[in-house]
Amino acid sequence: MTATISAPATVEPRTPWATPRSKNMQTLGVLIVAAAVAGVITFFTGVAGLDGWAVTFFLLSMIVAVARNLRVGSKERTDALMRVVVTAAAITAFAPWLSIFGAVLFKGYAGIRPNFFTQDMRTTVPDDFLEFGGALHAIVGSLLMVLIATAITLPLGILSGVYLTEVRGPLTFLVRFVVQSMSGVPSIVAGLFVYTTYVYSTESFSALAGALSLSVLMLPTVARTAEEVLKLVPEDLRSAGYALGARQWRTAFMVVIPTVRSGLTTAAILGIARVIGETAPLLLTSLSNTTVRFNPVDGPMASLPTYIFGYLQIGTEYAIARAWSASLVLLVIVLGLFTLARRFGGKDKR
Amino acid sequence: MTTATTPTPREMTVIYNREDKIFRGIVTGGALTSLVVLGLIGLFLFLRGAQIFNDNGIKFITGANWTVGSEDGIIPDDFSIGAMLMGTIVVSLVAIVVAFPLAIGGALYLEFYAPRAIRKALVTLLDLAASIPSLIFGLWGIEIFTRFGERWAVFLNNWLGWIPIFGVQFENFGRSPFIAGCVLASLVVPITTSVAREVYSRTPRDLVDTCYALGGSKWGAIRAVVIPYGRSGVIGGAMLGLGRALGETVAVYLLLNLVFRYNFRILESEGGNVASLIATKFGDATPYELKALVAAGFVLFLLTLAVNMTATTIVQRSTPRA
Repeated sequence: MTATISAPATVEPRTPWATPRSKNMQTLGVLIVAAAVAGVITFFTGVAGLDGWAVTFFLLSMIVAVARNLRVGSKERTDALMRVVVTAAAITAFAPWLSIFGAVLFKGYAGIRPNFFTQDMRTTVPDDFLEFGGALHAIVGSLLMVLIATAITLPLGILSGVYLTEVRGPLTFLVRFVVQSMSGVPSIVAGLFVYTTYVYSTESFSALAGALSLSVLMLPTVARTAEEVLKLVPEDLRSAGYALGARQWRTAFMVVIPTVRSGLTTAAILGIARVIGETAPLLLTSLSNTTVRFNPVDGPMASLPTYIFGYLQIGTEYAIARAWSASLVLLVIVLGLFTLARRFGGKDKR
Repeated sequence: MTTATTPTPREMTVIYNREDKIFRGIVTGGALTSLVVLGLIGLFLFLRGAQIFNDNGIKFITGANWTVGSEDGIIPDDFSIGAMLMGTIVVSLVAIVVAFPLAIGGALYLEFYAPRAIRKALVTLLDLAASIPSLIFGLWGIEIFTRFGERWAVFLNNWLGWIPIFGVQFENFGRSPFIAGCVLASLVVPITTSVAREVYSRTPRDLVDTCYALGGSKWGAIRAVVIPYGRSGVIGGAMLGLGRALGETVAVYLLLNLVFRYNFRILESEGGNVASLIATKFGDATPYELKALVAAGFVLFLLTLAVNMTATTIVQRSTPRA
């Protein structure tokens, strides 16, 4: 009598608490009807525009949520009501960003001509047609300043991370606290600081001054990210290094840091993404110009943020179109860096 | 019966040789740069602005005048930032009051309500939003948002105009602290939302499940467990956002009329903040005025530093590091 026990067929785990599909479909249907009704109300009454429609839809959804749960307890009614409220808050929170991405994409793309990337503004007045002039000088300026800032910040940021994870000296708490507080220094204060020190003593605005003020803002981001990635290095690797007779500095430089090379790249990229759009400090340190320049200590230099800011101030149709286009370039750079950071960041983690 | 005692681990002693001592010295020096830079910022701003503090005393942070004197000295220089400090606080408060509920809602939605399919996309969007430069927020504010903002302002004024802060003297609703505050709110929301989400995600899963097991609804679990658990962390996140709003320059510069007067009517088209004051006046400032601007920067620096240090302490205490 041997009962053959066959391997149990893999059973889908049952989730009796999950909302059945039919109920979800019903909800969707009700919401579509509510949206349509809100549309009708918006169309025929004084409620105006997209925001008016959204508010009407929100109120209708709350009524629907209560109405559908009239026959069950008040607990369920509150639950349904709060689901609507929380979702509405989330949508309101996320809507501006989508609006920003959309606006920058469309308005920016509309003003971009090939010459935008190949010419500067040395022979063009802001009001010229968009077929003339471009933002090459601003793009070059931004890249140059960010490059200098990275060269200054990256070593310091890594040292700070190494201190927190390898040396673990008595100042660990203080360093962490200061780095965190420093990330809240207003950008204009960083600009003012470099103005009162570097620009005061050299008596000239320059890209180097701009880069220095960006470094102040970049350091906390790089230091914190560097610490986070260095913390991911398994303790075993360090022990192995020591067991092989390596001194602490050799272990740090030949074992620990190489392990997280791509993580440290992420730290640099996030730092760049943090500062490339900073405007306020550059208004006090590097100002703006109209020609492509490569010498960082030779007078004012334009950058994408100051370019946008400047043309926005001029305020004529074509100037504003140029500002939007430069915003698109800036946003693409920031988002590109961000994607790059994710790609690299994914490599060492786990 | 023998009781097994766990042997206590041997004390490890490390003797660093000269190489290691040099290494540790260099690294410590590098780590202390942030401290040094922070100290230098405070020191230099104070030194360059000291004359102003000396000349004006406490009036510098209470008065509401910004008069550049005539060269013959008949009209004396008179600089004070009281109105701007108040403006900074008003705009930031509007921003936080708008942003806080949205950020809480966003964080709760991401952690507890969002369908798995779109959750990841939304988290990416949140991270991306945190990296949009504030200049672009400002650009969006004047070109797109102002239209909506003015409509809401008119609405608020119609219905709540009898409350002093929603009243206006002139029915011109653009470029008001309210609109600037709303744009700052959308700038602050990403920061506060990420902190809140981080804190909420650390709610012990057991406690939430216990709530469900006792027959609680989702909202019941959130109200009874998640929100009390995350309270201090969320407040810290809001303060980080507040710190960001206090120091914001270009968005406020673009969205607010700079008027040197104490103004509590948030729908009125006048206001300003310390940071945008510096950006506005910097270009053609007299040497003495520049010192006043530096002094203003010093005050702003102290204000944001205090807010940020408090926020950091709260966040670090409520999210213990692993």
